[in-house]
Amino acid sequence: MTAETKKTLFTPVNIISGIFLAIGLVITVLRFTKGLGYVTNLDDNNPWGIWIGFDLLCGVALAAGGYTASSACYLFGMKKYHSAVRPAILTAFLGYALVVFALHFDVGRPYRLVYPIFVSPGTTSLLYEVGLCVFLYVTVLAIEFSPALFEWLGMKNLRNKIHKLTLALTVFGVILSTLHQSSLGALYIAVPSKIHPLWYSPYLAILFFVSSIPAGLSMVILEGTLAHKPWHHMMDKTYQDEHDGVILGFARGASMALAAYFCVKLVAMAYDNNWHYLATGWGAWWLLEVLGFVALPSLLYAIASREKNIKLAKWTSALTVLGIILNRFNVSIVAFNWQLPSSQRYFPSLMEIGLSLFVVTLGVTIYRFVVSRMPIFFEHPEYKDAH
Amino acid sequence: MKRRQFLGLLGAAGITATLGTEAQAASGHTFDGYPNAKGVLFDSTRCIGCRKCEAACNKVNKLPAPAKPFDDLKVLDKERRTDAKSYTVVNKYPGKNGPVFRKVQCNHCQEPACASVCFVRAFVKNPDGSVTYDASLCVGCRYCMVACPFNIPAYEYSDPLTPRVMKCTMCHDQIQKGELAAPGCVGACPKEALVYGKRGDLIEIARERVKRNPGRYQDHIYGEKEMGGTNWLYLSGAEFKDIGLREDLGNVSVPTMTAGPLSVVPMVAALWPALLGGVWAMNKRKEKVAEDEQKAAVRAAKAEVKAEAAAKLAKELEKAEKDKAQAVEREVKRALEEAAAAQKEQAAAANKDEEGA
Repeated sequence: MTAETKKTLFTPVNIISGIFLAIGLVITVLRFTKGLGYVTNLDDNNPWGIWIGFDLLCGVALAAGGYTASSACYLFGMKKYHSAVRPAILTAFLGYALVVFALHFDVGRPYRLVYPIFVSPGTTSLLYEVGLCVFLYVTVLAIEFSPALFEWLGMKNLRNKIHKLTLALTVFGVILSTLHQSSLGALYIAVPSKIHPLWYSPYLAILFFVSSIPAGLSMVILEGTLAHKPWHHMMDKTYQDEHDGVILGFARGASMALAAYFCVKLVAMAYDNNWHYLATGWGAWWLLEVLGFVALPSLLYAIASREKNIKLAKWTSALTVLGIILNRFNVSIVAFNWQLPSSQRYFPSLMEIGLSLFVVTLGVTIYRFVVSRMPIFFEHPEYKDAH
Repeated sequence: MKRRQFLGLLGAAGITATLGTEAQAASGHTFDGYPNAKGVLFDSTRCIGCRKCEAACNKVNKLPAPAKPFDDLKVLDKERRTDAKSYTVVNKYPGKNGPVFRKVQCNHCQEPACASVCFVRAFVKNPDGSVTYDASLCVGCRYCMVACPFNIPAYEYSDPLTPRVMKCTMCHDQIQKGELAAPGCVGACPKEALVYGKRGDLIEIARERVKRNPGRYQDHIYGEKEMGGTNWLYLSGAEFKDIGLREDLGNVSVPTMTAGPLSVVPMVAALWPALLGGVWAMNKRKEKVAEDEQKAAVRAAKAEVKAEAAAKLAKELEKAEKDKAQAVEREVKRALEEAAAAQKEQAAAANKDEEGA
């Protein structure tokens, strides 16, 4: 905690957070007393809005930093990225926890969210696959994160026992991430008649999985950038020394992953022979996404890592994250029901946007609480060189 | 939950995954529907848009009263869809010789999208051809509504805690209980625009009508093959796309579309541990080899330094020995010289004494 926040809780950030949280609580009450119809613009033709398109799809994609950072460090032997793993695991854990939290608002009967796993598993559904993996992965992330908590609480034995599981947890985490990242895309494989051909593809599963990699890597860069100023004093020498290396290394990785994603996007479009759509308005929108938010960041990342331009890498990470959000919105909302007349199309209500902001604010608030206290940006003095 | 119970469930889940399901079994097997499954044939050339089917449906399913009465035909001026309060609606479309009407309701697919995408198996395809929904399992995720190519399932959006998905049941329960012989809408139709019967028979009836009335019908039975086939079938004089039935849906059922991605799931679980473990082991080995090489290099360097030092020491020792010998020699020489000088001095002093004496 900085000396300033000790003095007063009424900092600008806290006040804004407080407002968003208060608005969220009001919407929560309305959602659970008046129903989805009252707070959302959802209807029978548009059953999924931004609580799925943003909270679920973007939430999961942007929480991919957990599995990308931990596999880079523990599986691919890039040990100089070690200091980036804990912040990434924390973001991933919070991201997934909030995805599950947000789902309680969207589904009609949240008290039955365990039904697919424990009561009546619908194994032919890709949503079952997503549900099972997310359920297991939240558990894995909680365990992966717990050493930081136990170090903070001084529970040495438990911490050391869990620390021994690191490798197994990492492998399990990558399996689960591969499965549900791709299955989120595969959810839409069932609806070729509703999504514009430029965004529909039998390769949707691969597109979602491949794009989650640059999304995760970029989130690690972006989060490190945003956290650097407020928590500079919490960052130990290892973190500071590795910081630039992490950014440039992850930028190089993200550049390659984006290049691969660009190729998959192109192949998916060509495989269905959708070239003629490129000349339409939808084609222009598709080209903007693919050139402006996939090809361009890939190039910028490459330049940044080649010229060791930290600033460029940081800005590119924001561009990439925006691109992933744009893609998930395009698949789930913009290109969905494209054939319906505009009067029957969906646009989120203010309360839907308010609740999504509430969920994000909640995440940021918990994040701020945790990194101000627990060993996230520094190694606990009692466990130095224990890795 | 007890540990034992949990392990049991885990085991069951594992076995389920290995057994696979009908939808996943990608053999040459195809599902052509239950043999005695029933369905309904709708003939748009007979429908007069009286909405009696809507009224009957509302009654037999005990749905809430509509905002406007069923005999108000002005409702038809606007295209409608099924919603939480109506399982079926009739729409009016402009035709070549006056308006054409088409009834909308669940098509009761042979391989229903809603049932295959439901993650709690709340939908069932019954042997009588109907697709029914069990609200006691439903979580309210609405994936069924997303997946339905015909936009049929509706949702009770105004219910905050117990919303249901609402859709036509082909009066499954009422017929099972013997309350009805045919779905409510079929029984209420004054023009026999609806026929209830075995799906196979209905297809034959439809073919017969097309053959016997040249020029009256499109030569196509909508629903025979669309989305893998449906139990509700349509005949029309106008093009199907002009009466709100999409012609671009294709004949592939949703379970067939999702079978591919589903089949990859167990493969990832089977291959990833070896792949990732392999990468880890390779890196570990690389590190170990590097470490060993470093150790060997250090050892060699140490040995070399040691040998060099030993040689140097020996040389130094030899030199020191030589120096020492020389020093001794020098000292001896000096001592002798000194002694000789002293003798000489003594002798000289003695001579002086003698001279002095």
